[in-house]
Amino acid sequence: MSEAALETRGLCKSFGALSVASEIDFRLEAGARHALIGPNGAGKTTFVNLVTGALRPSRGRVLLGGEDVTSLSQARRVKRGLARTFQINALFRGLSVLENVALAIGERRGVAGQLFRPAGRRSGVVEEAYAALERLGIADEASRLVRELPYGRQRLVEIAVALGLEPTVLLLDEPAAGVPGTESGIIVETIESLPKEIAVLIIEHDMDLVFRIAKRITVLVQGSVLVDGTPEEIAADPRVREVYLGEHAVP
Amino acid sequence: MTAVTEVSAPPAIRELSRRHRLRIAELLPWLIAVACFFVFPDYLALGTQILISTLFALSLDLILGYGGVVTLGQAAFFGVGAYTAGILAVHGWTEPLTGLVAAGLVAAVLGMVTGVILLRTEGLTLLMLTLVVAAMIAEGANKAGAWTGGADGLQGITISPILGLFRFDLFRRTSYVYALVVLFLAWIAVRAIVHSPFGRSLTGIRENVTRMHAIGSPVLGRLVTAYAIAGALSGVAGALLAQTEQFVSLEVLSFGRSGTVVIMLILGGAGRLYGAFVGVPLYMLAQDQLAEQFPIYWSSGIGFLLIAVALGARGGVLDLWDGAVKRLRRR
Repeated sequence: MSEAALETRGLCKSFGALSVASEIDFRLEAGARHALIGPNGAGKTTFVNLVTGALRPSRGRVLLGGEDVTSLSQARRVKRGLARTFQINALFRGLSVLENVALAIGERRGVAGQLFRPAGRRSGVVEEAYAALERLGIADEASRLVRELPYGRQRLVEIAVALGLEPTVLLLDEPAAGVPGTESGIIVETIESLPKEIAVLIIEHDMDLVFRIAKRITVLVQGSVLVDGTPEEIAADPRVREVYLGEHAVP
Repeated sequence: MTAVTEVSAPPAIRELSRRHRLRIAELLPWLIAVACFFVFPDYLALGTQILISTLFALSLDLILGYGGVVTLGQAAFFGVGAYTAGILAVHGWTEPLTGLVAAGLVAAVLGMVTGVILLRTEGLTLLMLTLVVAAMIAEGANKAGAWTGGADGLQGITISPILGLFRFDLFRRTSYVYALVVLFLAWIAVRAIVHSPFGRSLTGIRENVTRMHAIGSPVLGRLVTAYAIAGALSGVAGALLAQTEQFVSLEVLSFGRSGTVVIMLILGGAGRLYGAFVGVPLYMLAQDQLAEQFPIYWSSGIGFLLIAVALGARGGVLDLWDGAVKRLRRR
C-alpha cells in the first residue's frame, strides 16, 4: 500500500474523564475526496484540531505523507502541506480580500518575516493572490474588506486562503455552513473543481453535498469511527441509519 | 517590470503595491514640529517632553496597535532605558548617542526575555503579566538605591555635547532638536516595519491569531520580535528623557506612565502610525493648559476628555477625522 496523504493511528483525546476522540484510525489517500460525517458532538472538529495540531492528542499519532508530525506545531504542519478552512469563518475581517490571500501566500513563500521591505513590492505575492481570486471567480471583490462581503463569498475566501498555501491535504470544516441555499451551488462547484492532486477531507452536515462530492465516507460517533466505506455502503448501513441518517433523506 | 505592473495591473493589486508610498500629509507632523521650534521658543521644554512621549507612544503602537498585544507595562522599557542611559552617564559614559544605543539594546533584551514567556498568554492574563513585570522592575529599581538613587532619584547626570558640537542649553534648543531627530529616525523605521511583510503579519495576528496559526505563521516568534523592537524604541525614549532632564526618578517605571501612554495612543488612534503624533500633543497640551487654569482640578478636565473619546470616538481623533472626510466627500 502506498503512503496515505494523511493518516492517524490510535488517536485519542480526553479532557479529564470526557473522551472526545478514542482510537481513531483514519486514512486519507492522495488525491482523495473523503467526507467525515457524524451527529453533532461526534468529535469531528476535535478530530480536525488534532490533525492540524491546534490540539495535542492524549495518545496516538498523526502522519502526513508517511511522516510522523505528532510533535510538530501547527505552523510546521502547514509547511508540510496541510491546510484547513474553519467551520465559522476565521478571516482577517478588517483587511481586503486580496490581502487575506496574500498573507497566506507570503507565509508559504517564506517572505512574511521580512522587516524592512514594503509588502506591496514583494515580487509576485500580490499577483499570485489575485490570480487565485480570479480562479475562484471573486477577483471583483479583491479590494473590498472581508467584513463587507456576504457570508457565502467569505466562505470562498476561506477556501482561497487555504489554497494559497498550496496544500497536499485540505481539510474543509463544513464549507457550506451558514451559506444560504442560493449560494451553496458556488461552494459545491468550487470544491468539485479543486485540483485533483489535493487530498480533500470534508466535514459536513449537508448530506446532498457529501454524497455529491465524496468518494469515501467515514462516520464518527462519540469520538470513535463507527464505519468507513463508499457512499453506497454508508447509505445502506443500518447502524449509520440508526445513529445518524434516520433524520435525513438518503439519496 | 514594475512599470508594466503599474499600468496594466487591476486596481486591487495597484492599491496594495502602492500602500507604502509616502503621502504629503505624512510630512505634516514634521513641518509643525519644526515650525514650533521657531514660533514657541519659550515652550521648548514642554515641546521636548511631547516629542519624547510621542516616541514612547509610537513604540507602543507597534505592539498594541499593530500586534494587538494589550500591555499595561510598557513603562518597564521606558524606565529601563532611562536608567541605563542615566547610570552610564553617572559613571562617566557621557556620550549621548552611544548612551541611546545602549539603552535601546538593554530594553530590547528585556523585551525578548520577558516576551518569550509573556506572549504565550493572551487577553487578561497577558495584561496582568505585563503589569506585574513592570511592577517588579519598578520595585527592583527602588531597592537598588546604590545604582538608581532609589526614591531620591538618580542625580549627577552630565551629558557631553552631541557629536562633540551641540551643548545641552538652558533654553532646551538642543534637547528639542535632538529629540526631534531621534523621533524622525524612529518614525522612518517604524513606518518601514508596519508596511513590511512582517508588519502586515502583525496586523494579521491582531485581526485573527487562529488564522495566522492556520496559514503556518510562527506567531510567537513574530510577536516576540515586535515586542523587542517596541521595547527598544521605548527604551530610547526613556534614555532621551534621562539625557535631556539629566535626572531620572522612579516615576519613569510607574504604572501611571504605562497607563497614560496607552490613553494617549488611543486618544489619537491606535494601529495607524499617526495616533501617537495626534494623541500625545493633544493630551499633553490639554494637561498643560488645564493645569495652568485649574491647578487643583485639572485632572478632572482630562477625565472629561477621555469620557468624550470613550463615548463618541472609539477609534480616536484620527478616526473621527476620517469619518468627517468621508461625509464631506459623499456630498
